[in-house]
Amino acid sequence: MTTAAVQQTVRQQVLVLYLASSALDSRTVGWSTYDGTGETSPTTGDSDVPPYANGLEALKDGWRLFQAAQLLPPQPGHEYDVSFLKHEFFFEKLVPVTA
Amino acid sequence: MTQPHRKNLLTSVQMAQFVATGSFRMDAVVPDEMNQQAIDVLKSGIPGVPYGTPLSEAFQDSEFVQRLVQLPEIAGAIHSLVGPEPTVDHHAVHIRKAHEGEAQNLHGDAIIDVREDAFDVQLMYYPQEVTLEMGGTLSVPGSHLRRTNESDTGRYQNLLGQTRLTCPAGTVVLLHHGIWHGGRKNDSAVDRYMFKIRFNPTVRQVRLWNTDDLYDEQVARELGQYFPWYENATGRLEIYNRVKLWQAITGDDTYDPDYWVTRVSNRPRRVVAQRSLNPHAAKKEMA
Repeated sequence: MTTAAVQQTVRQQVLVLYLASSALDSRTVGWSTYDGTGETSPTTGDSDVPPYANGLEALKDGWRLFQAAQLLPPQPGHEYDVSFLKHEFFFEKLVPVTA
Repeated sequence: MTQPHRKNLLTSVQMAQFVATGSFRMDAVVPDEMNQQAIDVLKSGIPGVPYGTPLSEAFQDSEFVQRLVQLPEIAGAIHSLVGPEPTVDHHAVHIRKAHEGEAQNLHGDAIIDVREDAFDVQLMYYPQEVTLEMGGTLSVPGSHLRRTNESDTGRYQNLLGQTRLTCPAGTVVLLHHGIWHGGRKNDSAVDRYMFKIRFNPTVRQVRLWNTDDLYDEQVARELGQYFPWYENATGRLEIYNRVKLWQAITGDDTYDPDYWVTRVSNRPRRVVAQRSLNPHAAKKEMA
């Protein structure tokens, strides 16, 4: 069997979790998913129940963390402003697809 | 427009709810007879209105919309939030077609708007019963004070405690201009209609509602509520910002039931220690 024949085609599935604090095991307050396999089409407002209660649960289910939001001090004069969600964690799964 | 009857103004508790959530909802407030006509009226289109037209002059060519904004409960709520004779910023008929495949990204309307002592209000009228499948407007309670620009929040698909609107026919929701929202995907076989008007205030928005219950303890409870999507730390800042808004619209900058504002603005200036008690001063003298 050639090397090319055993190579699997994979696609990335992305899960974004927004957590209640900078700790990966804090509770999920928001979530988004994107499916590079094209099998599903997640979209805005499609669910009221988070896929995982916290970030650690996602790790236990095989999601690989590849980015976490930095902890940045507020800009002087804007300490009380509220804006984007701060604790954003990006996970991925690589899923085999038939080429 | 005539002054609404006091009984139709919002109460202080309802205003505090609005300040906390960014919305005020009136289920089935529009009579059935109007809801029956609405789809045809909206399908035909509502004539355009130049920006800044006083409400009383804005819909002279649309008797239906005049009746809508003059319904006592609706007129009372508009007056309570933006005052007498607001101007119409713009209006629009939104139609989500049956089986329409796309949801809107979560967004705030217009552009980032960080006014701390004034706000616009958007009226959304739903003439039909809206089911979950029909993709009623998604909105996020308590998101209106977030400083974000339009659809920069588009990455957020779902937030814990979000509102996926379902409602009986004739429901009207009044929204703070900053609230995060979006039209959801319509998975049903029915076209969904919504009519929106944005109002700009023309007076200072101070005590425009029925203030008989201004010091009701429920006001503080409404202002102090947390929403499930709030992060632990930022949730406290939300309360701070709400108290600041409440202070602005009541004209009372001492109101601070849980001390979030007072604590961090306390900068006493009175010096009580005598110079002779300053140990550094004493050292200097000894040297």
